[in-house]
Amino acid sequence: MTDTYPLRATINGVPRSIEVSSTQTLLDALRWDLDLTGSKECCAEGECGACTVLVGGQAVNACLVLAVEVDGLDITTIEGLATGGRLSRLQDAFLETGAIQCGFCIPGMVMAAAALLDENPHPRPDEVREGLAGNLCRCAGYQRIVDAVLVAAGPAMGDDASADVPEHEELSA
Amino acid sequence: MKPFGYARPRSLDETYDLLDQAGPGDVRMIVGGTDLIVGLQNGRLAPELVIDLKHLHDLPAGIAHSPDQVSISAVTSLSEVIADPQIRDTFPALVEAASTVGSVQIRNRASLTGNICNASPAADTAPALLAYDAVVVISSRDGRRRVPLRDFILGPRRTDLQPHEIVTAIELPVPPGPLGATFGRLTRRRGVDLATLSLCCAVGPRRTRFAFGAVAPRPFVVDDDSGVLADPAADKEHRERTLREMTAAARPITDLRAGAEYRQAMLLVLSRRALAAALERRDASPDLHDGANP
Repeated sequence: MTDTYPLRATINGVPRSIEVSSTQTLLDALRWDLDLTGSKECCAEGECGACTVLVGGQAVNACLVLAVEVDGLDITTIEGLATGGRLSRLQDAFLETGAIQCGFCIPGMVMAAAALLDENPHPRPDEVREGLAGNLCRCAGYQRIVDAVLVAAGPAMGDDASADVPEHEELSA
Repeated sequence: MKPFGYARPRSLDETYDLLDQAGPGDVRMIVGGTDLIVGLQNGRLAPELVIDLKHLHDLPAGIAHSPDQVSISAVTSLSEVIADPQIRDTFPALVEAASTVGSVQIRNRASLTGNICNASPAADTAPALLAYDAVVVISSRDGRRRVPLRDFILGPRRTDLQPHEIVTAIELPVPPGPLGATFGRLTRRRGVDLATLSLCCAVGPRRTRFAFGAVAPRPFVVDDDSGVLADPAADKEHRERTLREMTAAARPITDLRAGAEYRQAMLLVLSRRALAAALERRDASPDLHDGANP
């Protein structure tokens, strides 16, 4: 039985309609059918968080969701964070703090952090670590990743956000 | 993944129809899917049909409170359980246990009922639910039956659930008197790891209950009704002997997470700590001074 099922979902604000098989994960559908390759596949069993996306505003592992399950729902991937050709404040903070090494885990880290900040706009460092506990970085760049989230959570800033992000001490040396 | 059919019934009746049409053992339910999809991916599970329970109009997600019990619908995520103010207040050990499952991403999908129905010997929420006397509500076309959790999990990945039935809720009776309960867990590392062992200790005015996970084919309960553990002033040696007897009921195995001897030894250590923490919690509970019966 290799039936296909309709999948109509709002992905990064755009209504999309595709056919998926029951055995496709949401991650497969995003990467292969919708060409949204920002979400990464690594462990494919919910250990690493590289595939983290938002479903209905909540962070989930796209490798542990069947594509058919999200019919009718709202999905946000890393491709959906920038607006009008500008990175989000959170993405800018990752650049400013040098949080990105090889970069493979970063889309998942950013999405997990986006969900965290949405729920808790000014988290303590331990809350950031707990919020990102489902995301592994094999470069072990955790400290700067946590810094990036804390920088992004800093005082509310205007449109010209990136210029106001405090310089990371080590970077200014 | 081996191909399977996917069904999204709109009512319990539609679900029963699907179960009737399918052969026994060929159907799996999906709520969060965080265990199911791993099983589908690695080939351990190969159902003919996967039934998505998240769209039944007569089985909405949510937590219903009444004065004497809390009922958690089968399609409620662990994150919802953790965030519920009354559960946090009345069943703190369940919140502690649920908070250790996987990661935020996992807890946003995974359901409490799924954690129980998968019947892993290491299911994190099982010891806490056992300690609180949880009851599993099972529905079928024939009606409803309620099974205490201690009778529901039969062995590794085996439950009392029959092919024509689904679990629709987990009920927790509100403890009638003061109760201090804590959850403890040993893992190789913090975050996204299966438990080497887990336990919940619940102390009332007289009874001390331990529920142990990952140290036997199924999570299980041992009670001390003598009152010696519930009384911090009781003879120290007597208390220690009682604790040793209770933890000796464990039958741990050696696997990649730990050796049997290590598990047995650590079970005693964690039980001691959990008991101390549970007593502290019980004695801090305001109910104690209300003259509630023992």
